[in-house]
Order: sequence, then structure tokens, then C-alpha cells
Amino acid sequence: MKINHHLDDVTILAFAAGTLGEAHGIVAASHISLCADCRANLRAAESLGGGVLAGQQVEAVTDLCRAATLASLDVALASKPAAVTKTELPPALFRALNGQSLSDVKWKKKAPGIAMFDVPMEKNSKTHLKLLSVAYGRALPEHGHGGDELTLVLKGSYNDHMGHFAAGDVADLDQDVEHQPTVDSREDCVCVVAFEAPTKFKSIWARLAQPFIGI
Amino acid sequence: MTFATFDMIEPEATTPRNDQFAAVLLRVANARDRAAFTVLFDHFAPRLKSFMMRKGSNAEQAEDLVQETMIAMWSKAAMFSTDRGSVSTWVFTIARNLRIDRLRREKSQLYTDLEDFDAPDLAASAHDVLGRSQEDNHVSQALAQIPVEQRELLILSFVEDVPQSEIALKLGIPLGTVKSRMRLGYQRLRKLLETMT
Repeated sequence: MKINHHLDDVTILAFAAGTLGEAHGIVAASHISLCADCRANLRAAESLGGGVLAGQQVEAVTDLCRAATLASLDVALASKPAAVTKTELPPALFRALNGQSLSDVKWKKKAPGIAMFDVPMEKNSKTHLKLLSVAYGRALPEHGHGGDELTLVLKGSYNDHMGHFAAGDVADLDQDVEHQPTVDSREDCVCVVAFEAPTKFKSIWARLAQPFIGI
Repeated sequence: MTFATFDMIEPEATTPRNDQFAAVLLRVANARDRAAFTVLFDHFAPRLKSFMMRKGSNAEQAEDLVQETMIAMWSKAAMFSTDRGSVSTWVFTIARNLRIDRLRREKSQLYTDLEDFDAPDLAASAHDVLGRSQEDNHVSQALAQIPVEQRELLILSFVEDVPQSEIALKLGIPLGTVKSRMRLGYQRLRKLLETMT
């Protein structure tokens, strides 16, 4: 898979630190599992985390904690690497969908050529995750973003002013970026999108359509 | 219990050479060497405790996480590989994953799944240089050389357990500025580390 669009360094840093929101973490992990460059970048960011840990002031640990840890060693089993499950979808997304395939999920038709599926998140999650399936030639209404949005292409491809996005590519967009993707593949373009707040459409038409289309 | 076999390690050293910790960890992996483990404990536990307290845990919660992290080091010692970076980096990832499991339902599985993909990449890209840096003092030396406002944000982003948007709010700096400073700092850091290897 030739990947041309990668995660932003600040997204990699947040993922490495463990502070990316739930939905964004799933999309980031999905892309990273497909992209050797971003895996290397993640290791680099984790090294920075290691450096920050190494540079911490020391905070004396109680004798109780030390003794309890040492006493646990005899019963602590040696872990083995977990068996690798081969999945068609990236593992992070596979788990988020509870093992359903893209054809298993209950798609909701939102407009001609546009279908969506809301991937359930934790109750308190401030982020949302959607699968989006868009037919050839269809454009999504132009919209500004309510927050950071991460889009990973799973099948097919689309074009917008930032370029051509095909399977494996990720669009990592700040809240002030606006784009209008148009599907340019013969097969439906299927994406997984993580976003923070409902996006605001720009035109009056689009504003009227927003409750209907629901993105 | 004696540390005689580890006299190459200076417990007071503030910038330890991690290849030495890698050697100690190897003894834990291969010989289930408890003396070697206590050397690791005495170095990492106080730093982990301080790290967890900076993230908002109280002393007791921090020590629980220290204990879990250290026991995981004992159990997983054989899974450590210097290809993946320093011992500190490995400990950092274990502690991060355990903390995520403790505080959120959102799973550290996101991270452990990715370990399966980490067959060593033959084409070492520029990114890899930092990833394979064996010595954390390289990271701290490089951090010292980047502008202070970039350095502080990079460190804060790992120390504070909050999203970048909250760091921006706390500091009263626009999120866009926080991100561009972090990007610049991170890119400089990587360049500096390339020159150190």
C-alpha cells in the first residue's frame, strides 16, 4: 500500500502521550498499523516520552511498595507475546466494530449515494466515530470543522484541494481547514472519520441538509 | 542482596546510559535475576512515581501504578528489544498503557496491537534515528538545545494527562500556536538526534 498522506506530528505526539481522544485514537492506530513511516514516527515520539520519564525528579517510593513488588515476583508469570489475529480491517477498527466487517454493519442511507454508520463510543466520550460510504462522483457538502478531524480512507478514493486520498491515506485536519472531497473511484469510497463536535456546514443548502445528512 | 555485579552502574547518575540498563534487563529476562531487578526498581520506581503524580495521581495511586509497571517489566523482560529504543522508552510505554487501562475504558489494546506490526523496518528513515536512540541523555541533550517555549510544550504534552487543547487553555495560548510550536520543536529535536548518532 503506497501511502501519501500521513498523520500530523502533533497527532503522533498526542497518541504517544496517550492523550488523543477515543475516536481519534482508533483512527490514528488504524493508520499507523498500515503505515511504516508513521510507525517509525510513533517510536520516535515514544522515545521522547522515555526521555521525559528519565528526566523526572525522583519521588521516594515507600518501603511497602518496594517490598510488595519484590514479593509479587514469584507469582508473576512471564508474559508471552499475544497471538496475532489476522483481520481484514486494521485491528483498532476491527475491535471498535466488534469484529463486524464493513458489509456487516447496519448502514443508514443519508442521501442518494451517501450512507453512514455511527460506531458506538464510550458513554462519556467527547469524540465521535463514523463510517462513511460515498458513491463515485458524489461530493460531500463543503464544511468547516468544529474540531480536529481525522479521516482514514479504507476503500476507494477521493479528491479535494489537498490532493488525492486513496486507501491507507489519512486526512489530519485542524478545525480551521475546510475541504470538499469528491469521490473519484468507481467503487464506493469508504472512510472512517473521527471528529470532536458536529461539523458546521457553510452554505444555506448545506445548513438545511445537515440534520438530514448528519455529519 | 548485593549490587557488586553491577558496579558499572552509578545509582546517583542523573543521566544514565541506557545500554547499561538494557544489559541489566537482559539479566532479568535470561536469568530471572532478582538483584538485577532491584537495580531497575531503584532507578525507575522513583521516576515513575513522580511522573504519575505530575499526571494528577495521589501518592498511593502513583505507587499502585509503579508496582504494576515494575511487575510488568519483570514479566515482559524477554519481550524488550533494543531495536525499539531505550529501556526508559519501553518503561514509559508500559506505564502509559497501564495508566490508560486504569483510568479509561478506552483500551491500551490500541498500542499493544501495534507491537505486532513492529517487525524491524529495513529502510531506516530519518524518523527512525530517534526511535532507535539508545540513550536518553541524547534526548535530554537535544531538548536542551531547542527554544525554551518549544521544549516546555513538548515536555508538558507528555507530563500532563490532558489533550493539547487543554494545555492551550491552561497556558492561555491559541491551540494553533501550541501545535505549531510543538511541530517545530519536534522536528528540530529529530534533526539534532540525527547528528548525535
